[in-house]
Amino acid sequence: MPNIVVLVKQVPDTYSERKLAESDHTLDRDSADAVLDEINERAVEEALLLKEAQGGEVTVVSVGPDRATDAIRKALSMGADKAVHVSDEALRGSDVLQTAKVLAAAVGKVEGYDLVIAGNEASDGQAGAVPAILAELLGVPQLTHARKVELDGTTLKVERESEEGITRLEASLPAVVSVGEKINEPRYPSFKGIMAAKKKPVETLTVADLGIDAGEVGLGNAWTSVLEAAPKPPRTAGQRVTDEGDGGSKVAEYLVAQKLI
Amino acid sequence: MAEVLVLVDHVDGEVKKVTFELLTAARRIGEPAAVVVGAPGTAAKVRESLAGYGATKVYVAESDDAVGYLVTPKVDALAAIVAQASPAAVLVSSTVDGKEVSGRLAARLGTGLLVDAVDIDAEGTVTQSIFGGGVIVKSKATKGIPVVSVRPGSVEPEQAEGAATEQAVELPATDPAKSAKITAREPLVGGDRPALTEASVVVSGGRGVGSAESFDVVEKLADSLGAAVGASRAAVDSGYYPHQFQVGQTGVTVSPQLYIALGISGAIQHRAGMQTSKTIVAVNKDAEAPIFEIADFGVVGDLFQVAPQLTEEVAKRKG
Ligand SMILES: Cc1cc2nc3c(=O)[nH]c(=O)nc-3n(C[C@H](O)[C@H](O)[C@H](O)COP(=O)(O)OP(=O)(O)OC[C@H]3O[C@@H](n4cnc5c(N)ncnc54)[C@H](O)[C@@H]3O)c2cc1C
Ligand SMILES: Nc1ncnc2c1ncn2[C@@H]1O[C@H](COP(=O)(O)O)[C@@H](O)[C@H]1O
Repeated sequence: MPNIVVLVKQVPDTYSERKLAESDHTLDRDSADAVLDEINERAVEEALLLKEAQGGEVTVVSVGPDRATDAIRKALSMGADKAVHVSDEALRGSDVLQTAKVLAAAVGKVEGYDLVIAGNEASDGQAGAVPAILAELLGVPQLTHARKVELDGTTLKVERESEEGITRLEASLPAVVSVGEKINEPRYPSFKGIMAAKKKPVETLTVADLGIDAGEVGLGNAWTSVLEAAPKPPRTAGQRVTDEGDGGSKVAEYLVAQKLI
Repeated sequence: MAEVLVLVDHVDGEVKKVTFELLTAARRIGEPAAVVVGAPGTAAKVRESLAGYGATKVYVAESDDAVGYLVTPKVDALAAIVAQASPAAVLVSSTVDGKEVSGRLAARLGTGLLVDAVDIDAEGTVTQSIFGGGVIVKSKATKGIPVVSVRPGSVEPEQAEGAATEQAVELPATDPAKSAKITAREPLVGGDRPALTEASVVVSGGRGVGSAESFDVVEKLADSLGAAVGASRAAVDSGYYPHQFQVGQTGVTVSPQLYIALGISGAIQHRAGMQTSKTIVAVNKDAEAPIFEIADFGVVGDLFQVAPQLTEEVAKRKG
C-alpha cells in the first residue's frame, strides 16, 4: 500500500495578467487570480487512481503563501487524505533551488513515504526542474514527464514523454514521479468531497519547523538575482490581407521580401 | 581564459543544432569546452563537428551506464569536470532533459541556476522571457559557477575553428537506488522533418484544420519549407496530431526564424510557446482571431485555400 505525497502549487491563472512587483521583481500575487496549477490536478488524480487500486494514503504538500490553502483544499476535496502546508514570510522570493530544498524537508516530514508525485512543469516559473532537483536532494530515482505510471509492488514503471520521443523507465520505490498533461483527466470534486475536505487535517509549518534556517531562503538569499524586469513591448500586428484567391501567393511574396524563402 | 562547459545534445552520432548555438554563446564568456556523455564511441563521431563550432576541448564521458540511466549520468559527468576545470559557466540546452540536468547540477554544486535563457552576455548575465513572453527579465547568478539552460533557437550559431582536444572523464558507476533505468527508447517518428526545437521554420495547425486526415495540408506546407510540424492543444486534444508536437505553455517552446500558424486562434497559452519566433505568419478565417495581434503577416481566409497555394508557390520558387 503506497504512501504517496503529491506536490501542488498555487499559480496565477494564465488567463489573467501576470506581472512582477516593481519594487523587488517578485511575483505580484495580487495582480492575478490564483488557481491550483492544472497539471497538479493531474498529479492528484494519478495519486488517487493508485490509491483506489492499491490502497495507501495520499498526503498533499505545498510551499506557498497563506492563500495557497485554496489550492490545498481543492486537492483534498478531490480525495487526498491530509496536507502539509509550508508557509513562511521568509520564503518570499525564493528561487527554484530554495523551493526544492524546502519541499525536500517537507516530504521528509511524511513518515515512510514511498512515492512523490508532482507536475512536470509549473505554469508560472516553468522551471521544469523541481521534481528532478527534489530527487537529487532526497537521493531517490526520478521518473519524470510521465504519460503512464505503473506500480507493481515496489517496482515502478513509467513512460516518459519528451521532445525526443518515448523513454521507458524503471526503478524501485521510493521515487519521485512527475506527470505530463496527457496522463489522465482529473476528476471534479463532488459536493461530498468538498464537505469532507473541510475536516481533513492540514498541518501548517514554518521553515524553522523543518529545521531550515531562515537565512537560507527568500529573495535576499537566493543564488540568483533579477537585475531588471520590464514588460515586453507587445508584438505589433504587421500587415494583414484578406484572401481573394491569392492569399497563398501574397504570403509567398512576403516571405521572399523578408528573405525567408 | 576560463573554460565554459557545454553539454552536447546528440542522437545517433549526430550533434543537434542547439549545441552549436551553445558553443557560440560560450565563446562570448570564455573558451568553449564540449562535454560528450554517451555510449562508447560517441565522441569519435561528433568531435569534428564540435571542432567546427570552436570547441577547444572535448571532454569524453563514455560508458554503458551513461545511456542506461536517465539524467543522472550527465549530472555526474558535469560535476566531475567542474571539480577539475573550475569553469566560468556551464551551459545546457533548455529541453526537457536539459532543464533537469541543469537543476540537479546546480543543486549538487550549490551554485546559481538560470533557467531558459534567451540570451547571455560576456559577464554571464542572462535574458529570460517569462510569463509566456509577456515580461523580459535580466538576471545573474550571485553564487558559484552559474549553471544556465539556454532556449534552443535563441542564439545564431557561428562556425569557428577549435582544437577539440579530447580528454577522458571517469564516470562513477550509477547507483540504481538513486537513478531510473532506461529499459527502452522509442524515438519520435517525424520522418525526415527536423525536430520542433531545432527547426528554423515551424508550421503549426490548430482546431481549424478539422481532422487528422486534413493535417496533411499542414505537413505538405511544412515539407515544402523544410519545416517542422507543430500543433495547438485543441488540435492535439481532438486527436488530429500527437501530443509530442504540441506548441505552447504545456507543450514545446519554439523560437524559429519563421512560424506559420494555420487555423489557430492564438490563445495566450499557445502564444507562450511561439511568441519569441522571429517572424510570425497566420492564416485564420476569423478576422478577430487574437493571433493576428502578433502576426507580422496575416491572411484572413480559409487555410484549405491559402496553405496549398503557398505550398505550390514555395515549390515553384525552389524550381
Ligand atoms: C493550463 C492551460 C495550458 C494550455 N496549454 C496550451 C498549450 O501548450 N498549447 C496550446 O496550443 N494551447 C494550450 N492551452 C489551450 C488554449 O487555451 C487554447 O484552447 C488552444 O490553444 C486553442 O487551440 P486552437 O487555436 O487550435 O483552437 P481554437 O481556439 O478553437 O481556434 C481555432 C481557430 O481556427 C480558425 N479556423 C477554423 N476553420 C478554419 C479554416 N478552414 N481556415 C482558417 N482558419 C480556420 C477559427 O477561426 C479559430 O480561430 C492551454 C490551456 C490551459 C488552460
Ligand atoms: N512551491 C511549491 N509547492 C509545491 N509543489 C511545487 C512547488 N513548486 C513546484 N512544485 C511541484 O513541482 C512541479 C514542477 O514545477 P517547476 O519545476 O517549478 O516547473 C509542480 O507542478 C509542482 O508539482
